[in-house]
Amino acid sequence: MFTPKHMLQAAGILVAVSVAAAASPALAQNQDHYGLGTPIGPQELAKYSAIPADGTGLPPGSGTAAAGAKVFADSCAACHGDKGQGNPAKGVGGDRLLGGRGTLASDTPIKTVESYWPYATTLFDYVKRAMPFNAPGTLSDNDVYAVVAYILSEAKIIKPTDTMNATTLPKVTMPNLYVFNQY
Amino acid sequence: MASVIYDEKSRRIAAEMVAAETRQIAQREAQECDCKDGMFPRSPASRRRFLFATGSAASLAGSTAALAQKAPPGAVYFDAPADPTKELGRAVAADGGYGSRSQFETEVRTRFPTANEYTSWSFTPLDKMVGNLTASGLHFERHHGGIPTIDPANHSLVVHGMVGTAKKFSIADLKRFPSVTRKHFIECSGNGLTEWNKPTLKTVQGTHGLLSTSEWTGVQFATIAREVGLKDGSSWVLAEGADAAVMTRSIPIEKMLKDALLVYGQNGEAIRPEQGYPLRLLLPGYEGNTHIKWLRRLEVSDKPFMTREETSKYTDLLANGKARQFSMEMEAKSVITFPSGEMTLPGPGFYNVSGLAWSGRGRVQSVDVSVDGGQSWRPAQLNVTPESVCTVRFSYPWMWDGKAAILQSRCTDETGYIQPTLKQLIAIRGSHGPFGSIYHLNAIQSWAIDETGSVANVHA
Repeated sequence: MFTPKHMLQAAGILVAVSVAAAASPALAQNQDHYGLGTPIGPQELAKYSAIPADGTGLPPGSGTAAAGAKVFADSCAACHGDKGQGNPAKGVGGDRLLGGRGTLASDTPIKTVESYWPYATTLFDYVKRAMPFNAPGTLSDNDVYAVVAYILSEAKIIKPTDTMNATTLPKVTMPNLYVFNQY
Repeated sequence: MASVIYDEKSRRIAAEMVAAETRQIAQREAQECDCKDGMFPRSPASRRRFLFATGSAASLAGSTAALAQKAPPGAVYFDAPADPTKELGRAVAADGGYGSRSQFETEVRTRFPTANEYTSWSFTPLDKMVGNLTASGLHFERHHGGIPTIDPANHSLVVHGMVGTAKKFSIADLKRFPSVTRKHFIECSGNGLTEWNKPTLKTVQGTHGLLSTSEWTGVQFATIAREVGLKDGSSWVLAEGADAAVMTRSIPIEKMLKDALLVYGQNGEAIRPEQGYPLRLLLPGYEGNTHIKWLRRLEVSDKPFMTREETSKYTDLLANGKARQFSMEMEAKSVITFPSGEMTLPGPGFYNVSGLAWSGRGRVQSVDVSVDGGQSWRPAQLNVTPESVCTVRFSYPWMWDGKAAILQSRCTDETGYIQPTLKQLIAIRGSHGPFGSIYHLNAIQSWAIDETGSVANVHA
């Protein structure tokens, strides 16, 4: 992990918080700013999200595999197969989601959510932002939690009865977590 | 040589690309004409046969309407008079004020035949390119959810997270900041991914066409960072696009402050929709997918976001099943574009061997060319002044004696890094790919020329 603090200070970019810095004539307020752009607050930022591995920013709501099975059948199975086996057909090309554990060091590695994805939060983030492929961003947060629970349950990473929400999802340990560099 | 392991999906799409390229080459042969002589010559006999056949068809068809449909993409069809000095040409500005290329120029990008045409990529026709810059309409593409149509009046860039003041910038706001204009290449990390184990695709468009160079104009991220202020501990920035994939990548703040650009201009006009109109992130030397297009948001953080693209997709699987993340830099590389695969040299004599060299780590220092499969090397001429993280067009005057030859080029960048052979690359990175991945193949390319002048992709 690098610490770019000195670099930011050198560039005069770091927010001036110390009295000495604020009093410096070289950092007189107007010299550092062009005064362009419009300040925005939390309300306007609420429509954006990106969920890191610690789950920061996960929305309220929850879902279970049972509810997720229906979401999957309705919104996912056409491209990813009814068993998450993928669908390479022309015009579709949906990735395989399940299986492949134990293949990564073999001559025929199979990368799936189950075998390769290191963080469960990434699955939530990606489904919420970009799925279903032909109608991205249309699932409710409850539906996203539910379909994530369904995929993780089918992958035998969580129990079929587990509920996924902002607290439980970041605690899920994916089978492939420790094969990636740690940040 | 040790074999590189491709995962199931990569193996499938590589096989499909081979079939698609074969179809494209067949189409190209059908379009061959004398005007392309020396660039893509086939056997004279077959070419004349074909010309005779099209000549007959044209005179039989007769109507301008039928011919109008023959204008290639980006061109408009006009009747060509037998003698252009004996009649007036077209009126000034009759094109509505925006020009098009000649109807006689047919080069196009070709799409990699992924099953889904909305998440796919297209290759720049490097074999047809002249000079150093890529025509904007021929810049390679990689889209993960199609090309969005965005009205710049409704688009803005949000910068927030670990900043002093979260702000929204309209495109008009961004254009008011001091700007810079720089030439940089962009290369996809998957450029050449079919070529690890054996020569697979036949043309340089297929083997190296995920590389393009433009002049880009925009604002330095450092300028925007100063405007909003960064908090202590800021170390990563999430960049997010406004496409259907809402594409995201996490970028180290050191890179963002060093040379990241928020660009709205490409080759003197607004950036093309396929390249991110109205705004894209440009990260000189980083793998292409990190240059987020249709850029709408930058979130400053103290950690990477572990997005789908930086965990499950653009990572390097190792032979032992472990994987590397954030392998961003594109290392020094070069390729001869003339002569290259599927061309035929008409006979012994002089040829101006030409190609492109580039490095994600800085300027190209020098380029060497070998005509004997790497046994001996001679310096090539650099046809442009090398700029940082930009391609260089090079050339090498060659008198072909008509005997079998293997042509190679080798780039050295300003850091002293020398482009490796494929054997050296696999020795360094292991038999499971570059540090174990199908990405980041920057090995020396070999083109074999046989006694008939036929040029083929080989491993030598």
